[in-house]
Amino acid sequence: MSPGVEGKELDVLDSQERVRFEQLVLPHLDAAFNLARWILRGRNDAEDVAQEAMLRALRFFRGFHGGDVRAWLLQIVRNSCYTWLEKNRPMELSTEFDEELYPQPGVTPESLAIAGDNRERLTRALEGLPPRSREVLVLRELEGCSYKEIAAITSMPIGTVMSALARARQRLERALTQANAARNQEANREL
Amino acid sequence: MSCELTQSVLDGYLDGELDAARSADFERHLISCPQCASALEKQEALRTSIQQAGLYERAPSTLRRKIESQYGVPHAVTPMPVKVGVLPSSWQWLAVAAAFFLALFFGWRFLPGLGANRAQIELTSAIVDAHLRSLQPGHLEDVVSTDQHTVKPWFDGKINFAPPVHDFAGDGFPLEGGRLDVVEGREVAVLVYGRRKHVINVFVWPMGEPDTSPQSGSQLGYNWVCWRSAGMEIYAVSDSSPTDLDALRKLLSE
Repeated sequence: MSPGVEGKELDVLDSQERVRFEQLVLPHLDAAFNLARWILRGRNDAEDVAQEAMLRALRFFRGFHGGDVRAWLLQIVRNSCYTWLEKNRPMELSTEFDEELYPQPGVTPESLAIAGDNRERLTRALEGLPPRSREVLVLRELEGCSYKEIAAITSMPIGTVMSALARARQRLERALTQANAARNQEANREL
Repeated sequence: MSCELTQSVLDGYLDGELDAARSADFERHLISCPQCASALEKQEALRTSIQQAGLYERAPSTLRRKIESQYGVPHAVTPMPVKVGVLPSSWQWLAVAAAFFLALFFGWRFLPGLGANRAQIELTSAIVDAHLRSLQPGHLEDVVSTDQHTVKPWFDGKINFAPPVHDFAGDGFPLEGGRLDVVEGREVAVLVYGRRKHVINVFVWPMGEPDTSPQSGSQLGYNWVCWRSAGMEIYAVSDSSPTDLDALRKLLSE
């Protein structure tokens, strides 16, 4: 990477590199969007941040010398997401996460009725997890990344990836159990 | 191996990340530890339910177009080189994009050798658009089946040609279904194949012209390969790699 990249200056790629960028990086746009969507918990914000991340990737592309393109891109996406969260919703990052403190996003009788659907139920449970738990689960279960790739994307040692995943899965399971219990309670009240 | 220690080992096992020796150790441990066995079962069920819930969210086509217009490469058709230096503002980016399109336009218009075949480029655009359309929720398949004997008869009576329908699950390209589509005013059969997390659309229509060798390229980040064989024109499009597409092409041509 040339020193100019850091500032406002853009390192403009020549046409051959652009074609290479299009062939190597653009196919991972879905992966980029999906990760941003789950870290930020929303499609609109994800679209903005993924777009910004793709432009950063384009700018840094000269510094990419082979290797795992998807991991390289997702690392940029992840960093863009956290930068965005720090600026716009710092609360989500500042408290060391605790399910008891963290407000479950809108658990109301209506939302629980909708949550009967498996997808909705899992979406809510995932979105209720702290971002760092959510991201490892998304990378592993939705993106199919290996521990090594997750380690590269999140800058964590592989051992930490393994325990982060274990913790995230336990949290998810607990969240699903709680949601189920709440739903049953609601159903009983209606009877 | 005590159960206090095995929680992350269990996850490593579940994810296929343990080496053979540790895996075997854990399997031995499972036999004597109902606690771990039931935890593993629960985790496996959770994984299945996550994977069946369709939580993966693909990039909307608006995003794809925004990115493409922002850096100004509409196609991977090798364009005339645009030599520019260091550009500080987004206005200048726009100017570069404009110059680029202009170069591309004149390239096609007046240098037929450079842009190859405009009709083909237009057809490719139409096919890639059809591929994008198919990725919108509920648009992918009209007939959902992994069984070629269900998919093939489904086309009968709907179109006046018989597309080649084969399942290549054994080669890593499971048939997922089929649908009808219209591309540039002609009815086409579309076979949908899966490739890991990717979708491959194979567009097929009859064509009287002789067989051609495969051509390939990419557009809007999607790779495509097309060829003519046995009186059919076939286009495969996907965000899967060109190597994958070529492997599927070979299977289809067999």
